[in-house]
Amino acid sequence: MEAILVLEDGTVFEGRSIGQPRRTLGEVVFDTAMVGYQQCLTDPSFRGQILTFTYPLIGNYGANTEDFESSICQAAGVVVREACGEPSNFRSEGGLGEFLEEHGIVGIAGVDTRALTRKLRSAGVMMGAISTDESAGEVLRRIKESPSYDEIDLVEQVSTQTPYEWQPGIATGKAQPQMDFEHRLKIVCIDYGMRDSILKNLHAVGCRCIVMPCKATSDQVLEEKPDGVLLSPGPGDPKRLTYAVECVKGLLGQVPIFGICLGNQMLATALGGTTFKLKFGHRGGNHPVKDLKTGRVTITSQNHGYAVDPQSVEGSGAVVSRINLNDETVEGLECEGLRAFSIQYHAEASPGPLDSRGIFKQFVDRIREPHRWVEIEPEIH
Amino acid sequence: MPRRTDLKKVMVIGSGPIVIGQAAEFDYAGTQACKALREEGMEVVLINSNPATIMTDTNMAERIYVEPLTLEFAARIIEQERPEGLLGTLGGQTGLNLATQLARAGVLDRFEVDLLGTSLGAIERAEDRDRFRETMRAIGEPVPDSAIIHTIEEAIEFSRTIGFPVIVRPAYTLGGTGGGIAWDEEQLRDICERGLKMSMIRQILLEQCVIGWKEIEYEVMRDAADTCITVCSMENLDPMGIHTGDSIVTAPAQTLGDQEYQMLRTASLKIIRALGIEGGCNIQFALNPHSYEYYVIEVNPRVSRSSALASKATGYPIARVAAKIAVGLRLDEIPNAVTQKTLACFEPTIDYVVVKIPRWPFDKFALADRTVGTQMKATGEVMAIDRTFEAALLKGVRSLEIGAYGLRSKTVSQWGEMQVEQCLREATDERLFAVAEAFRRGMMVQEVAELSRIDPWFLQKIKNIVDLEGEIRKAGPDGLTDELLTRAKRCSFSDHEIADMLRISAPELRGRRAGLKLIPPYKMVDTCAAEFEAVTPYYYSTYETECEVEVAEKPRVIVIGAGPIRIGQGIEFDYCTVHAVWALHEEGYQSIIINNNPETVSTDFDTSDKLYFEPITEEDTLHIIRREKPEGVVVQFGGQTAINLAGVFHANGVTILGTQFEGIDVAEDRDRFEQMLGELDISKTPGRGVTSAQQAAETARDIGYPVLVRPSYVLGGRAMEIVYSEEELLSYMHLATDVSPRHPILVDKYVVGTELEVDLICDGKEVLIPAIMEHIERAGVHSGDSMAVCPPVSLSREVQETVVDYSARLAKALDVRGLMNIQFVLDGNQTLYVLEVNPRASRTVPYLSKVTGIPMVNVATKCMLGRKLRELGYEPGLFPARPYYAVKAPVFSFSKLTEVDINLGPEMKSTGEIMGIDPDYSKALYKAMVASGVGVPSRGTLIATIADRDKEDASELIREFTELGFRVYATAGTQRHLERAGVTATPVKKISEGSPNIIDLVRSGEIDLVLNTLSPERNPEREGARIRRASVELNIPCLTSLDTARALLLALSSRKEGEEFPLVPINEFAEVTGPAA
Repeated sequence: MEAILVLEDGTVFEGRSIGQPRRTLGEVVFDTAMVGYQQCLTDPSFRGQILTFTYPLIGNYGANTEDFESSICQAAGVVVREACGEPSNFRSEGGLGEFLEEHGIVGIAGVDTRALTRKLRSAGVMMGAISTDESAGEVLRRIKESPSYDEIDLVEQVSTQTPYEWQPGIATGKAQPQMDFEHRLKIVCIDYGMRDSILKNLHAVGCRCIVMPCKATSDQVLEEKPDGVLLSPGPGDPKRLTYAVECVKGLLGQVPIFGICLGNQMLATALGGTTFKLKFGHRGGNHPVKDLKTGRVTITSQNHGYAVDPQSVEGSGAVVSRINLNDETVEGLECEGLRAFSIQYHAEASPGPLDSRGIFKQFVDRIREPHRWVEIEPEIH
Repeated sequence: MPRRTDLKKVMVIGSGPIVIGQAAEFDYAGTQACKALREEGMEVVLINSNPATIMTDTNMAERIYVEPLTLEFAARIIEQERPEGLLGTLGGQTGLNLATQLARAGVLDRFEVDLLGTSLGAIERAEDRDRFRETMRAIGEPVPDSAIIHTIEEAIEFSRTIGFPVIVRPAYTLGGTGGGIAWDEEQLRDICERGLKMSMIRQILLEQCVIGWKEIEYEVMRDAADTCITVCSMENLDPMGIHTGDSIVTAPAQTLGDQEYQMLRTASLKIIRALGIEGGCNIQFALNPHSYEYYVIEVNPRVSRSSALASKATGYPIARVAAKIAVGLRLDEIPNAVTQKTLACFEPTIDYVVVKIPRWPFDKFALADRTVGTQMKATGEVMAIDRTFEAALLKGVRSLEIGAYGLRSKTVSQWGEMQVEQCLREATDERLFAVAEAFRRGMMVQEVAELSRIDPWFLQKIKNIVDLEGEIRKAGPDGLTDELLTRAKRCSFSDHEIADMLRISAPELRGRRAGLKLIPPYKMVDTCAAEFEAVTPYYYSTYETECEVEVAEKPRVIVIGAGPIRIGQGIEFDYCTVHAVWALHEEGYQSIIINNNPETVSTDFDTSDKLYFEPITEEDTLHIIRREKPEGVVVQFGGQTAINLAGVFHANGVTILGTQFEGIDVAEDRDRFEQMLGELDISKTPGRGVTSAQQAAETARDIGYPVLVRPSYVLGGRAMEIVYSEEELLSYMHLATDVSPRHPILVDKYVVGTELEVDLICDGKEVLIPAIMEHIERAGVHSGDSMAVCPPVSLSREVQETVVDYSARLAKALDVRGLMNIQFVLDGNQTLYVLEVNPRASRTVPYLSKVTGIPMVNVATKCMLGRKLRELGYEPGLFPARPYYAVKAPVFSFSKLTEVDINLGPEMKSTGEIMGIDPDYSKALYKAMVASGVGVPSRGTLIATIADRDKEDASELIREFTELGFRVYATAGTQRHLERAGVTATPVKKISEGSPNIIDLVRSGEIDLVLNTLSPERNPEREGARIRRASVELNIPCLTSLDTARALLLALSSRKEGEEFPLVPINEFAEVTGPAA
C-alpha cells in the first residue's frame, strides 16, 4: 500500500506503508544510530515524534521480546529507506513490519531518508504526518490544525500513574553478584519517561528502585526516605514541566540527585537555569562528550531536542562539567554543594556505546562516600 | 596535549613493492601520514623502495630514500639523517617489521630515535602469539585455544580438551599445504599424519575451529589521553575460514543487533587499551551466529587494508589521524577534515551500504588453485556504495572488470548440480555466482546457508537479485513495465544486464530510460549521515529523489581511474591519475575522478576536487559525464580500463582530452597500425592478426618459428606465449578462442634480442623522450616482469638515435597529445623493430618520472590542455641522461599462489616493482635485487639445471659464480657440460632418477640459489616446475633467465668487503645533477 509523509512546510515524500496502515502525526526527527531501532521505538522520549532512521536498512536483525525500553512502542511513527522483510539473527522473533503492526505503529518505507534528513538539518525539526488514505493537501491541513509538539505535555502521557518498586525482569548481559535486599541503596526514580535500561543499570550497581509518577511532590518523594533520587529522561519541552521543577527544588540539598537527559534539564531549571530548543536535536550513538575535569572524551548515546543554556546556570551553584564536542552544548552539570549532578546523554545506552555506564557506579559511590562529590572521578571503563 | 615540540624530523617507513596482501593501501596511508606530519611543521624523511608511489614524490617529503627496506639500509639512513622520531605503523607489515627490527637491534636507542605512536611493547603484545594470548586472557577476552604438537597422540589429547572441529596447520608449508579441518578423531589422525610428514620440522599447530562463525571487524583509534573511538564495523559475507582479504565485506556490520554490536565494540576498546596502542588498529572477531559467544581472532597494531577500506567507507581518514596521534595530538585536537566543523573525536555514522569485493588474478593464472581460504590470493579489490545491499553488490561486481555485469556467469551456468554445491561448500573466486546460480535452480536460502555457512541475510539479498532477474526475463522486452524497470534500476541492474536478458540493445534501453527520466542522482559521503554539512565532495549514485551534486561554474575535467589492482594494472596507474588531477588543478580546472578502488590515493577525499566512487563502465561513466558536462575526459592515465572507454566516449560525442580516438584506434588495431608503420618505413616484427587456427599455422610457416602468439587488445601480456612448433600453436589456438572472441589472435615472429622501451610526451608538434629503458632479460620475458635499467648500458649512439627518430615519427603519425609508450626489440644485427605501442601512460611512467626528475604526467596533462613542451621548459628530443643508474626490478607473489609456475615468460606474473638507484650500475643492480627480495646470496651453494639450448651460455656464467666462491650442484646433463667447460660441479639426481635427488637437496636447507631455465621438452619441464615450486616454498632465490643470473653476478661483484654505498635521497639526485645537464 502506498503512503505519504507530509511535512509542515508542505514537502511530500512518497513511499510504501509499513506497520499499521493509518494516520499519524508528530514532530519529525532523525536518529543516526545504525543499530538499536527497537530500543529507540520503545523509548518514551520518542513519544510524539515520527522517527526517521538515517541508516537505510532497518529491521535486519528482526525484533524480539527483550529489547524493550518500556512496555510499549512509543514513537508516533517511523520512516525508513528499506524495511527488511527477512531478518536474520538468533534473537529475532519476527520482522520489523510485524512488530510495528503488532504495536499499532504507522510507518513508511522507501523514502529518500537522506533527503529528509538534509531538510530537517537545514530547516530544523518540524511537524509532519504519515497517511495512507489522504491527499497531501488533506494531510497538510490536518498538521496545521493539530497542536505542535512543544504544546503537549507528553511526560504526563508516558509517566506511571502510581508508584511501584521495579523488579529485575529478564536478566541481560553478565550475571551480577546478588546483593542482600537491605544492603541495596534505595533510589527513587522520578518517571518522566523511564527507560528499563536505567533501572537495570541501577540494579546492577546495588540499588533498589522505587519508580514514582512525574507529578510526585518532593514531600511524597522524601517520605520514601530514599538514599538518592534519579531524574529520568523523557519527551517534550522541559519548559512545560513546572510541577516537576517544583518537586526537584524541594529535593535539592535534601537528598543526592542524579539527572539524565530531561533529568539534566529539570535539575538546571530547578537551579534557576533555562533551556532552549536545538535546531534538529542530538539523536544517535556517536556524540563525543568531553569531561571538563579529566579532559577525557567519551562517545555517547543521545536523544534530546532541548539543551541547557550554560549562561543561565552561572552563579546557581552548578558548573558545566561536560560539553558536546560537536556544538559545545551542555552535556552535564555538577552541583557539589547540593549533592546533585546530571548528564544530558544516555549513560545507560541501549542503544549505543556502553562507555559511560560507570557513571551509575559513581552515583552509588557518591551516596555511600560523600567525600567523593569533590573528587575527580575518572569514569570506569 | 598539543603536538610534541621536541620532534622536528620524523622518519616514515613505506611498505615497499606491491605483493598480494600488501597493495596500494599503504601508499594511501603513507601519503596521508606524510601530509599530516608536514602540516604539523615537521621535516619528513621517507624510505620506500617502490618508485610507483605517490608518497615517494618529491612534494610528499623533504628527504626521500628509494632504497631497500632492510635493517642495514634503514639503519644507515637513520645514522645519516638522525630523525627524532620513527613512524613504522603506516607501512604495512613490512614497515612494522622493519621498525621492530630497528628497535630490537638497538639502532633506535643508539641514535636516540623515538618510536612514535604504538610502542615496541604494544607491537609485541599484538604480534607475538603467546604474549597476545596472555594479554587477552588478563582482560578476560576470549581467544581460540591452540597448541603446537609433534605427535598424533598429542594432537588427540589436545582435541579432547577443545572438542571438534579442529584446524590443523603444519608448520612451514606453503599456503597451508597438508593442513585441513578435522571433524572427528579419525580425520584428525589422517590429517595429522599427512601434515607431520609435510612439515619440514615435523610440527603442527592445532587450533580450535570457529569455521562458519560470523567474521566481524572493528577499526579502533586511541590517543595518548586514552580516548578511544571505533571508526567502523565491518562484516564479512564469507564467514570465518576465508581470509578477510579474500572475503566480500560490508560496512557497517549488517546482521548484528545493538547487543552484539556494543558487546564487540566494548571489547574492542578494552583490547586497544590493554595493548596500549596509540594510533589505529584493526580487531577481528569470530562471533557465534547462534549466541553471544565470541573470540578475538587477531589484532593488527597498525593501519591495514581494512583501515583503508574503513576510511573510504566512512570518509574518516584513519592514517592521517593516526599520524597526528603519533606526534602527540589528541583526538579532540584534530579537526574532522570532511565536515571541517566537527572534530576527529567522534564515531562516523553512515547512511548507505558499502560492499567490498576482492579482485583475484585467476583470469591470468588459468592453472592456479582457485579455492579461497585462509591464504589471501586477491591482488586488489573494488568498493561500491549504494543505499541497499543489492545495489552496492551489483555495482561492485561490474567494477571488477571480469566481464560480469550482474550475477550471471556463463561458466557457472554450465556447471552440474554437484559442481555448484561443491563451490558453495568450498569457496572459490566464483562462489558469488554459484550462490546466484543455486537460487536460479530453485535452491532455498536455508539449503544454501547450510552448504556455504553464509548468513541467510546476505543470501536472501542475493536471492532478491535473482528473483528480480527472473521477473525481468519473464516480462520480456514488451512486458517490461516502467515500474519493473524502475525497480531494476533502483537495485542497480546495469543496462547491459537488463538488455542482455531481454535480448535488446543497451542503447535502446537507455533511450527508454531517458524517456522516463530514469537517471541516478548522486549522494554524498560525509561521515555523519547528513547530520552536519560536509565540504568534501565525495559522491555515489543511487536511484532516489534528491541529487546533492552541484556542478561547478569553472571548467571541469574528468579523469577516469584504473579500477582494481590486478596483474598488469597496478598502483602505477593510480600514481598517474593523481598527478593528472594535480596538473588540472594547477591549470585552473576543477578535477573530477571516477574510480572504485578503495586502496588508492586517487580515491582519497582530498585528492581531486570531486570524487565519484563508481564502477568504470560505459553506463556509469556516461551518467556522470552527462551531469557534469566537463570540458573533456582524460582516458590516458587509467590503464587499459580507461583507454577501453575511448571508443564509447567518441561514439557518444564526449570530448576526449589528449590523443583522440582515431590515434588510439590506429595504435591498437593491428592492421591499421601495420599500414601506418609501412607508410613511415619503420620495421615491425613480421606477423599478422589471425582469426582461425589454419590462418595461424599459415602465418607461422611464413614467418618461421618461434612465434609469439597473443590476443589483441590485451593488458599485461595476457595469454601470451612463445610457440616453437605447429603442434603447440594449434593447441594454443584451441585454448585461446575463449580469451577474447571479439578480437583476433596476433601471431608475430619472436625476435631474440634486447628489448627497449620508451615513454614519450608529445604536445602535438614536438616530442620529449625523458629516457630510454633497456631491459636486462632478453625479449620474450614480459616487459612488466623483466628488470630494466635507465639510462641504457649497451646501446650505441646510432641505435639511440634511431629510437628517438622512430618515437618522434610514431607520435606525430598518431597525433599524440600526452603520453605514449613504445616497446622495441633490437636484434643481433642491430636492427630495431617496433613491438607495440600503447597510446597511454604505461607502467613505467612513475619510475621514469623519478629517474629523470621530469613530472611526466604533469607535463603530459598540460600538453593535453594545449600547452607546448617548450613553454613548459622542455626542449624536444631525448632528455640528457643523469649521471646515475636506476634499475627497476619486478616483485612476485608466488608464495601466495600455489600451482603457479614461477618461470619468466611473455605472460606477466609480477605484482609489483622496486627501484635501485646509484651512480654505479652494478650497485644499482645490487640495491634492486636486495629490494626485490631476491635474497642476494653472496656465496654458498647453487643448483644448476639448465635446458640444452642454454647450456653453452650457462657454463661461463656458472664459472664466474664458482670464482666468487659458490659451490655448484648440477643435474647430470648440466654437470657433464660444465665439466667439459672446466667447471667443477657435484652431480645430483633428477627426481625421476630416485632419491636422494634434487628436490631433497633443495629441501635440505643447504642451497642458496637455484638456476633453472625452461626446457621446451615436456618431461624435463615438468621436473623443472617442481624444482621451481620447491624453491618458492623454501624461499630460495630461483632464477629462470640467464640474463637475470648475469645481472646478479654483476651485482655481487660490486659488493666488496667493507665498502659502503652512498645513500642519497632522490630529491637530491635531481638537485645535484640539475635539470638538462
